[in-house]
Amino acid sequence: MWMDLAIKAGLAVVMMLIVINIAGIHSWVERKQSAVIQDRWGANRAGFTLNSPLWRWLNPLLRPIIYLGLFQPIADLLKLVAKENWSPVGGMKWLHAVAPFLYLLFAFAGFAAIPFGDTLHVAGRDIALQVASLNVGFVFIFAMAGLGVYGIVLSGVSSNNNYAFLGAVRGVSQMISYEVTLGATVIGIVMVYGSLDMQEIVRGQGALLWGWLPKWGVFVQPLGCILFFTAALAETKRIPFDLPEGESEIIGYFTEYSGTKFGMFLLADFVETVMVAALTTTLFFGGWQFPYLQASGFVFPWGAEVAVGHYAVVAIQVVSFLVKVIAFCWLLMTIRWTLPRFRYDQLMDLGWKRMLPVSLANIALTGLVILLIEAL
Amino acid sequence: MEAVARKPGTVTPAGGVKRGPLTFWERVYVVEAARGVWITTVHFFRNMGYHFLHLVGLAKGRQAAVTVQYPEERRYLPPRSRTRHRIVRRDDGSPRCVGCMMCETICPARCIYIVAEEDPDPNIEKRPKRFDIDLGMCVFCGFCVEACPEDAIRMDTQMVDLAAYSRRGMILTLDQLLAGEPAGPVESINALGERVHG
Ligand code: SF4
Ligand code: SF4
Repeated sequence: MWMDLAIKAGLAVVMMLIVINIAGIHSWVERKQSAVIQDRWGANRAGFTLNSPLWRWLNPLLRPIIYLGLFQPIADLLKLVAKENWSPVGGMKWLHAVAPFLYLLFAFAGFAAIPFGDTLHVAGRDIALQVASLNVGFVFIFAMAGLGVYGIVLSGVSSNNNYAFLGAVRGVSQMISYEVTLGATVIGIVMVYGSLDMQEIVRGQGALLWGWLPKWGVFVQPLGCILFFTAALAETKRIPFDLPEGESEIIGYFTEYSGTKFGMFLLADFVETVMVAALTTTLFFGGWQFPYLQASGFVFPWGAEVAVGHYAVVAIQVVSFLVKVIAFCWLLMTIRWTLPRFRYDQLMDLGWKRMLPVSLANIALTGLVILLIEAL
Repeated sequence: MEAVARKPGTVTPAGGVKRGPLTFWERVYVVEAARGVWITTVHFFRNMGYHFLHLVGLAKGRQAAVTVQYPEERRYLPPRSRTRHRIVRRDDGSPRCVGCMMCETICPARCIYIVAEEDPDPNIEKRPKRFDIDLGMCVFCGFCVEACPEDAIRMDTQMVDLAAYSRRGMILTLDQLLAGEPAGPVESINALGERVHG
């Protein structure tokens, strides 16, 4: 029993490290990718040189790091940590302090149900590479995403600032509007794979359509995939859906935050971005599945087979998952640096008048097709 | 989603641009968004490609970024741009300024302070004893340059990185003004005038 607990704790630490590292590097990616997109250099100054004769030899090693701007996130972090821990006069001090923690907590919690590999057999044990093997994993993730709203509400309400309050109101209405679509689009996936368990959904995507096409969500639910991705983008509250935040122009719910607490909101946004990437990967792009890779090795549609050892298979799966997640993080970042912000009425129109009806039609269509396939 | 029209549109008599109605695919937005993402993606990969080629020493002629790395690289400043002042010297090295106070008088920011004294040369009446310009107040209008009857003060050093840790540090004294040199091959408007009028 203790061993199981230790394994679960280990898995949780691994997942946490993966997520926090990908999210942390986002602040660097954000600067550099936007720079490359806009034909700029981006941050390449922050850093230091060592003058003592003892350490001088390290300078040539430091130079490429400085040149790549990798010290910039560290400088950002130091700046945030060194700031005064301030809470607004007349605000609710305790709630004000707790809000960013709640927000970040719920952003992280969803990852528990994301599988990052198939079952690993080691020393007579079966370890499912998933922190919490929930049979309602998908519901759990959406519950956690929904609870994230409390971070926004609390930060807005406790700040004693009307701008922050309005930002929180915008944030809540946006989250709720798009969660409806988000849930509705995933129904299609649940209908196709017949399970709410994330691990089962991913296993289902290992099958082949017509003997050659991997049965990934994107191929059986193309419309659902686009809708899901858009709605999930809105859930991250980044441009083009950044009306709740709008740091520089319309002022959002974390106006009254500074220092580390502000940094937590930023980090939570990046964690949510990773979450969207992981969810899209898991639901629509085969999760840890690698095309034609079965538990025994590669089985190609033209009949060839290449045997691969168990550990190698698991390694390929985990790497495949990570590569997909990182690719989606890249795509999300590109979108963030491409599209302009929506107007609020456009946002609501898009959510309620366009995406929701289409996603409901998608459910009906999916049901019809499944019925027809079963009848034939 | 009205704002995504990319058609050229027609110019109305009043000068405004009238855009046609959006097509169905423009209103769907997903297609237009994908087109936008395509543009940024092409930029991203083209620039990354050049960055990598530069790293191995290839394609040096193609730019991967338009950024000017400021302190090391400097942009070309047009010859007429007004930059930090300097006081021109005569051939014998003495300042050309005759302490006439024209510049001090015309200066709209009142940031020039001159104390004149008698010049030992009997052919010249005065020379500056003190000549301070407070660059913290200077608005770089160039009036002082235009007012000077002796062409003694010029703004052609091409120095724009003027910064100090205190307000006092922004005050240039006569020594500092005399130490300024015209920037290399770039001709100032004064130098141009000198060439034309002899
Ligand atoms: S440039 Fe204008 S403001 Fe500056 S010292 Fe000359 S006259 Fe005064
Ligand atoms: S106008 Fe020219 S000559 Fe007269 S005080 Fe100023 S710099 Fe000297």
